[in-house]
Amino acid sequence: MPSLGADMEAGTLVEWVKHPGDPLKRGDVIAVVDTQKGAIEIEVFEDGVLEKTIVEPGRKVPVGTVLAIIHGSGPAPLPVERSASPTPLAPPAPSPPPITPSLERAGRARISPMARKVAADHGVDLAHVTGTGAQGAITREDVERAAAALEAASATPSAASTDRLTPMRAAIAAAMARSKREIPHYYLSTTIDLRAGLAWLRAENERRAVTERLLPAALLIKAVALALREVPELNGHWIEGRFRKGAGIHIGVAISLRGGGLVAPALHDVDTVNLTALMRQLQDLVARARSGSLKSSELADPTITVTNLGEQGVEAAFGIIYPPQVALVGFGKIMERLWAVAGKAEIRPLVTATLSGDHRATDGHRGGLLLSAIEGLLQTPEKL
Amino acid sequence: MTSDEIRQTVIDALTRIAPEIDPASIEVGTSFRDQLDLDSMDFLNFVLALHDRLRLDIPEADYPSLSTLDGAVAYLAAKLDASRLSEASRLLTP
Repeated sequence: MPSLGADMEAGTLVEWVKHPGDPLKRGDVIAVVDTQKGAIEIEVFEDGVLEKTIVEPGRKVPVGTVLAIIHGSGPAPLPVERSASPTPLAPPAPSPPPITPSLERAGRARISPMARKVAADHGVDLAHVTGTGAQGAITREDVERAAAALEAASATPSAASTDRLTPMRAAIAAAMARSKREIPHYYLSTTIDLRAGLAWLRAENERRAVTERLLPAALLIKAVALALREVPELNGHWIEGRFRKGAGIHIGVAISLRGGGLVAPALHDVDTVNLTALMRQLQDLVARARSGSLKSSELADPTITVTNLGEQGVEAAFGIIYPPQVALVGFGKIMERLWAVAGKAEIRPLVTATLSGDHRATDGHRGGLLLSAIEGLLQTPEKL
Repeated sequence: MTSDEIRQTVIDALTRIAPEIDPASIEVGTSFRDQLDLDSMDFLNFVLALHDRLRLDIPEADYPSLSTLDGAVAYLAAKLDASRLSEASRLLTP
């Protein structure tokens, strides 16, 4: 069971899309898993042949459980044992310590007395708790997180449900509480003149068919992606005490769901995609996020998050970093305001861009460079 | 297409984007964005749905006309009339 983000503790296998004996190619959807974020299509990360499925549809298992064994390009299939190390279905998502199937560690795990007490109070089985303390020790926070997930899970009807709000709220609460506890945030803000960007967009949309039109969000997201090339230390993850640069610029886009809750699935390699394609991907992503059908890579891959709360009318949004990412860029509402230009007062469309940064990975100086790079890029929209 | 059919088309497009809304509760003169909590992506999808159903080209500059139920019905009726007229004149031109 792959981790599809820091806030995921377990998932329910809904169905096997591939069956024993089926050849698999990287990117193929092998199974569908139900999580608080909807039904997620699990993608394969290596070529091979599906040897055996282990978890039956309908079962809910913790992150790290072996779901199936894939016979890769190696010589012989591995014996089917829980402790065997078959080709993983998905690379361990870059969430911090979790991952290792906690079952294997039972007996060896270091558990603080306070954690034991909290576990007993909440009826949490410590064998299913992933430790994030020193050498994988289970801390009180780990147990509290597991207890919250347990509570959320028990509130979920076993089948795929339309009522995801309670477990989703619990998952958001767990991830955000962890972020606030572990990440020393710093916050920066800058005001960006969007006259050039919006004028270009208007002219562009005038000549485009309805199906090809762009939204300002596409411009903003692309500008963030290109700016990250200049300040790569804000694009990646903080894992085990150090920063690991992202394998690409995969921007998690915060998407609010109708009826409440949100997800931030990734648009992949945004810096290399042109605006028309980016817009189409964004439309597709929003539609699938809202209908509850995202792919595992979209949930596991984001290297930074962008939130566009301006849609709801706020002037600025200072976000909470989604661990193990190290930064979050927020855009407020685009508003016409008086703005001094070369000594004269003019009315300009302005947007407030903010950065929440992880002080362990960067400092305000580098963060400031990112915001000014975004500002600069938005002055020449035709180059985005 | 009658004005009632256009109205129904608009409501269908909206309920596809926001399935939880009760069509009867839509206030005819209040902006969709305000009463239905639509964001710019929802609004773009709304325009796309109208484009698909009515085969009309709706320029971005006209989006404000689509912001309320009454406004949208009036705008689309006029637009459909105009496109029928231009179609007819095209056919009559030798």
